[in-house]
Amino acid sequence: MSGDAGQKIDRYLKENAAQAHREKKYKEKRYGSARLRRWRGRAASWLYLAPSLIGVGLFFVLPFGVVIWYSVINNPVQQEYVGTANFIRTWNNNAFQLAARNTLFFSLIAVPLAVILSLWLAVIMESRIPLKSTFRTFFLSPMMVPIASVILVWQVLFDYNGLVNVLLTRLGLDKIDWLKSDYAPLVIVLLFLWKNLGYNMILFMAGLSSVPKDQIEVARLESATEGQIFRMIKLRYLSSTIMFVIIMSLINSFKVFREVYLLSGDYPYNSLYMLQHFMNNTFQSLDYQKLSSAAIIMAGVMVVIIGILLISEDRFGRDLEQ
Amino acid sequence: MGIFRKKKKSRRKYEPDYRRYDAISDRKRAESRQTFRRTVAAVFFAFLFLMPTVLTFTNSFMTSSEISANYGSIFATNTSGGKVYVSETVNLKFIPDMVTFSQYATVLFKSPEYLMKFWNSVIYVVPIVVFQLLVASLASFGFARYRGKVKQLIFFLYIILMLMPYQVTLVPNFMVLSRLGIIGTRWAIWLPGIFSPFAVYMLTKYMRRIPYSLYEAASIDGAGEWQIFSSICMPICKGGLASIAILIFIDYWNMVEQPLILLDNEEMYPLSVFLSRINAQEISLAFAVAVIYMVLPMLFFLYGEEYLVEGILYQGGVKE
Repeated sequence: MSGDAGQKIDRYLKENAAQAHREKKYKEKRYGSARLRRWRGRAASWLYLAPSLIGVGLFFVLPFGVVIWYSVINNPVQQEYVGTANFIRTWNNNAFQLAARNTLFFSLIAVPLAVILSLWLAVIMESRIPLKSTFRTFFLSPMMVPIASVILVWQVLFDYNGLVNVLLTRLGLDKIDWLKSDYAPLVIVLLFLWKNLGYNMILFMAGLSSVPKDQIEVARLESATEGQIFRMIKLRYLSSTIMFVIIMSLINSFKVFREVYLLSGDYPYNSLYMLQHFMNNTFQSLDYQKLSSAAIIMAGVMVVIIGILLISEDRFGRDLEQ
Repeated sequence: MGIFRKKKKSRRKYEPDYRRYDAISDRKRAESRQTFRRTVAAVFFAFLFLMPTVLTFTNSFMTSSEISANYGSIFATNTSGGKVYVSETVNLKFIPDMVTFSQYATVLFKSPEYLMKFWNSVIYVVPIVVFQLLVASLASFGFARYRGKVKQLIFFLYIILMLMPYQVTLVPNFMVLSRLGIIGTRWAIWLPGIFSPFAVYMLTKYMRRIPYSLYEAASIDGAGEWQIFSSICMPICKGGLASIAILIFIDYWNMVEQPLILLDNEEMYPLSVFLSRINAQEISLAFAVAVIYMVLPMLFFLYGEEYLVEGILYQGGVKE
């Protein structure tokens, strides 16, 4: 009996294999062999890439070559090679130095604040507070409010006759002309935080929820304090998220020109003169050499900063490229 | 927590361990205190986050005399354009004395320039979102379907380009656009927007999660590359496309740098740039214009908050 059944199964398997083989042969005849298909697919995948490659090449990569070329010649007419003269001229330019200092100073204040505050918000959101999803919506909403709409409110708050000064006089303090004083970056930092905390918070919330629960449970049983759990376990799992949030906040802090421009126009108070102001004004004077060398200096600084961050957190690199 | 509760029950049979019992209730009490504190903090932050939006919204329903009474001291300008420091101070009011739609009526029917600028914004943003997604979905299929050393390198270049601040990318952009002779036309905004590497980066990460065996199975069954792309890959990526569309939309709806540099005619500025140039006479309209400008993104937000969150997570590489 059992031998009979074994033969039956054997025959069945053989028939199946033969059937599969016939199908494979038929398909290869009809659609080409696996290797041929893969080769065709590879060729086709470059076709899919083509529009984007052409566009990016034309609008970003090639012109960047032109920018490098412009940065080492004396002027577009004579086109004489001058080496690093343009870079030195730009570097020593007062406006450039002021703009670079202000932008860096702003990033140095805004980025750590953005990281710490949003992490704190995420921790709050992670605990068992009521109406969690409503709060999340509230915290995220500034992301969607066009910055131009908010500028009005900031003017109402921080104008010389604005609300903050009204409160200050009530407290018996002197009025401060916020946007025309050294406190001006502070006003912009507040706007920056208001706009970006929600975004960072979402990232941190996801990061916190990926911390393995059993480790926290074990730590609790070992009577670790909440602070210890946070420092020893959660922060370790969050390290790649923190790195990403730092990079994104840094990039966004370079974009803060929008807010400054909308609040105070082309020529703001000195402490608000950002790199984009410098670029805009140089665009107006069409000094290509200055523009190019400034762009390259900035690109170099960005590459160095991002490189340092990537090296200090190798995992992040893998996250980006997956 | 579960472990504690079990022990509590089993101990009750013999003799209650009061020491342990107290420790548990202490912990519970501490936890509920902490929850309360955190709720208060959340409410406080929610107030800060919502205040500007709510203020803009409610003030848009005020009459023009009420607005100038409240904020006149801020936006009053003298003939030379500088601000006059008058002694009266500003009034912050959340609730208008009299609800009126007259500001909206003025904006919508009597002053066409705002609607023109609004229309400009739409004209810039919609093609950029649509075509950037189109170009990006093709390109990311190219990146995700077959991988290789060269493609990996190109993808890395895309990442670097994406991370570069505007100040850097605008210079090469400007040079090529002026060479093409389209500075000052709408193409100057559209073209760099459409080929921005951002959507390619996002969508490639999304597509790489689709298992290779799925493509292979389709290919063995005789599907061509185009069929695999259009009837397998794209339907899976619907959610990703929606979230990326929202992120692109926010970015370009808010654009300020590009129009300032690439356009020379103020007629063509989008509302995002124009709103900041509102002067004293029109201050009463400003809030209504701001609200009109806010409506579209807010609708997208309320409708697609989940997509937005998902998009942020993909960008952050938290969700793989």
